[in-house]
Amino acid sequence: MPSSIKKKSAIKPSVRLPFFGCVVSCGFPSPADDYIEKKLDLNEYLIDKPSATFFVRVAGDSMIGVGIHPDDLLIVDRSKEPRNKSIVLAVVNGEFTVKRYICRNSKITLKAENPAYQDIVIVEGMQFEVVGVCTNVIHSLK
Amino acid sequence: MSTPRVPSPATPLVFALVDGNSFYCSCERVFNPSLNNQPVIVLSNNDGCAVSRSDEAKALGIKMGDPLHLIKDIVKRNRVRVYSSNYALYGDLSARMMSTLAQFTPEMEVYSIDEAFLSLDGFGSRNLTEYAREIRRVVRRDTGIPTAIGIGPTKVLAKVANRVAKKKNKNDGVLNLCDPATQEEVLHALPVEDVWGIGARSAAKLNRVGVRTAQQLRDANLDAMQKLLTIIGRRIVLELRGESCLALEMIQEDRKQIVCSKSFGRPVYTLSELQEAVANYVTRACEKLRRQDGICHTMSVFIQTNRFKDGPQYYNSRMIKMDAGTSSTVRLSAAANRVLEQIFREGVEYKKAGVILSDICPSASIQFSLFDDQRQHSQDAKVMKVMDAINARMGRNTLKVGACGSPSPSQAPAWEMQAKMRTPCYTTRWSDLLKVK
Repeated sequence: MPSSIKKKSAIKPSVRLPFFGCVVSCGFPSPADDYIEKKLDLNEYLIDKPSATFFVRVAGDSMIGVGIHPDDLLIVDRSKEPRNKSIVLAVVNGEFTVKRYICRNSKITLKAENPAYQDIVIVEGMQFEVVGVCTNVIHSLK
Repeated sequence: MSTPRVPSPATPLVFALVDGNSFYCSCERVFNPSLNNQPVIVLSNNDGCAVSRSDEAKALGIKMGDPLHLIKDIVKRNRVRVYSSNYALYGDLSARMMSTLAQFTPEMEVYSIDEAFLSLDGFGSRNLTEYAREIRRVVRRDTGIPTAIGIGPTKVLAKVANRVAKKKNKNDGVLNLCDPATQEEVLHALPVEDVWGIGARSAAKLNRVGVRTAQQLRDANLDAMQKLLTIIGRRIVLELRGESCLALEMIQEDRKQIVCSKSFGRPVYTLSELQEAVANYVTRACEKLRRQDGICHTMSVFIQTNRFKDGPQYYNSRMIKMDAGTSSTVRLSAAANRVLEQIFREGVEYKKAGVILSDICPSASIQFSLFDDQRQHSQDAKVMKVMDAINARMGRNTLKVGACGSPSPSQAPAWEMQAKMRTPCYTTRWSDLLKVK
């Protein structure tokens, strides 16, 4: 019983690291104390607009060419307008898809980054909407 | 509560009411676009009644509150998509909608999960209709939720405008009722029971004295209306005339009473199951109480059978006084257990139980009597603080009182609500994220 308790307490779900803006020297009192800055926050780094940002999980390898692997986490910002060559989350005929958005001569094509997949050319009569722009991909190395 | 702002000719008051169209259905559509243009309904707790209907479902004649078993045929014939309510999802999308709206005004009142009043005073130089269209566009883009917006010089008129904006497609989801000519036209066509604050009983009273439209109510004698409908009626008439009586309430007032009661998923027969269910309700209620930093002096516990079913009927409730006041889940669930032992009756089929915390004060106002153990109180507070901190970090119910029971791997407890058609918690659980190809 005591061993299992010990194990549990060893699990730390998240760790906040203070960022020291100087080289830390040993000894007491620490001369670095006056220089402790705000902790680094990944949300701030990865997300511009929290109220418009959603996470989705990648299934499939159609975008493997740009480093988007199966099971990766994609960060999608709905507030951003897509530009030519943006990676977007779109809806085509009722289904979600992640592809590269190509807009040439007002013709829209959704391009996979894997030669095994065909381009999706958007034509009249298709239900099509860009949901948001994919801003970051998080790939675990575990 | 804020006092009504005094209108001055220089800056007339302008209110906008924004609400999400068929909000729960729209939330489901954000993560499932194949539901667009399809009839969709979302059911109440325990999958009982339709509480949100898409326009397509409304067109099939499905009414608000229709029990699922009564509309089974319509649902089957028209392939209506039916969902259990997913409050984690709706709550998250609501918060996103509200923070998006907050970018458009310095003052706003969140009125419900899908409605907010925005103050647009001093925006007069802009074209308000255009501004509202921009608000709609951005909310739709950032959150996926379609909205309707009504604008008026008072809250009641903004609410009227919103209602009409939603009904008529030609309005493009926006209606501005600041202009008297438009007011005249809209109020003339609006039945009096569709005015905000006029319930079915008030409407019947008004119909008896010949008031059938919103326009007639607006032009009725003020004192006569106050006599008929109390001071509330007077305020509604004034608001319909364009005189603002209801101010924006920007600060949510603390609750004076916290209720947690639910119908069971399956019938419950035993005392231990009732105790387990009630311990879970006490846990939720106490969490809410502590979130507003309150303590309660009274708790009521009730249990009841299903009134609509044949068989022996039973209802009982009991109130317990907590003299010094408490917000401790441990103390209140122990007290609830004792109450249930007293009011439990064998041999009946229980359908529902609930807990009501009342006599709520701020925890700072705690008053000890001569016989209270102050040390015990601060001990309780410390334990609850640790419990809340752990649950905030590791997930709800990580730490709980033993009376709540522990989940059996094979079967959910009978008291647990039914939610057979609930979609994943796309925005609040890592395991539930949307998968895209």
